[in-house]
Amino acid sequence: MPSNIVCILVAFATVYAVRVLPLTLIRRPIQSRFIRSFLRYVPYVTLAVMTFPAIVEATAVPAAGVAALIIGIAVALWKGNLLLVSAVCCAVVFLVEMIF
Amino acid sequence: MRNNNRRAAFLNGMQDGIPIALGYFAVSFSLGIAARSVGLSPMQGFLASALCNASAGEYALFTLIGAKAALWEIVLVTLIANARYFLMSCALSQRFSPETPFFHRLLIGNYITDEFFGISVAREGWLKPAYYYGAVAVAAPCWAVGTALGIRLGLLLSPRIVSALSVALYGMFLAVIIPPAKRDRAVACCVAAGFLCSWAFGAIPALKTISAGTRTILLTVGLSAAAALLFPIREEASHAE
Repeated sequence: MPSNIVCILVAFATVYAVRVLPLTLIRRPIQSRFIRSFLRYVPYVTLAVMTFPAIVEATAVPAAGVAALIIGIAVALWKGNLLLVSAVCCAVVFLVEMIF
Repeated sequence: MRNNNRRAAFLNGMQDGIPIALGYFAVSFSLGIAARSVGLSPMQGFLASALCNASAGEYALFTLIGAKAALWEIVLVTLIANARYFLMSCALSQRFSPETPFFHRLLIGNYITDEFFGISVAREGWLKPAYYYGAVAVAAPCWAVGTALGIRLGLLLSPRIVSALSVALYGMFLAVIIPPAKRDRAVACCVAAGFLCSWAFGAIPALKTISAGTRTILLTVGLSAAAALLFPIREEASHAE
C-alpha cells in the first residue's frame, strides 16, 4: 500500500498533465470555425451546468439555495460584479436559514 | 507603462479573487473534514490542496486513500474526475496573445480550476497573466489553508457560516455567465440549456447515476457543439479578440 504522500504526488502529476497538455500543445490560433465557436461556448455551458442545481443542494435549507439563485441572477443582470453577486448570495442564504 | 498595466491587472485579479477565496475556504474546510476521516494529517491535506487545486478530484483522492487503493486506480479516477480541466485548458489555450512567454502556460495551467477559469475566460481581449496570478495569489492559499484547518479543527466552524459561504462560488459563476447572456442570445441559450439539462440529469432516474464530473463533461461537449452549429461565430468578430 503506497504512503499518503506518494498517493498525493501521483494525483498531482496526473491532474497537472490533464491541465497543462492542451495549454502547451495548442499554441496557435485554431482555424476551424466550428472548433472556435465550440470553445467560445464551453465556459458558459460548463459554468451553467455546475451552478444549477448544485447551488440548491449546497445549502442546508434548499429554499435558501433557490432564493440565492434567483436573487443572484437578478443582481448579476443589474450589475455584474463578481464580489457583489457573491456576497449577496451568501447573505441571502444566511438570512433565509436564520428564518427557517 | 507596461509595469503599471501589469500592476493594475494583478490588483484587478486580486479583487476578483476575494469571492473565490471565501468560497474556497468554505469548500476546502469541508474537504478537510473528509480528509480527516481517512487519516490525513493537516500537513498532508495542505500539500494535497496546494498541489492539486481540485475539489471533486481531491475528494475522490481522499476516498481512495481511505480505501487503500492502488496507484493505477488513483491515476484513473483523477483523470475522470478532472477531465473537464482538459476542455477548459483547450479553451484557455486560445486566449493567450502570441507574445505571451511560454512559461506562463506552464504556471497558469496548474491553476486551471472552475473558478479561475470562469473569471478569466469571460474577460475581453487577450488573457493577462498578471490578472490570473492576482486571483491565484488571493484564493489558492485559502484553499490549502482551509483544507489543513478542516483537518485540524473538524466541525468547529458554525454550520450556518459554512452553509452561507458555500454559495459564494455559485454567486460568482452567475456574475460570470449572466451579464454576457444579457448581451448575446447564443450565450443566453447556452446558459438556459445548461441549467435545464443539468437539472434533468439530476432528476431523471436513468441519468442520475452519472457522476457530477462526467455530467459536466457530457453536457459541455454536447451543448457547446450544438451551439457552435446553431450560432457559429462571425469570423471578423473572433479575430478582433
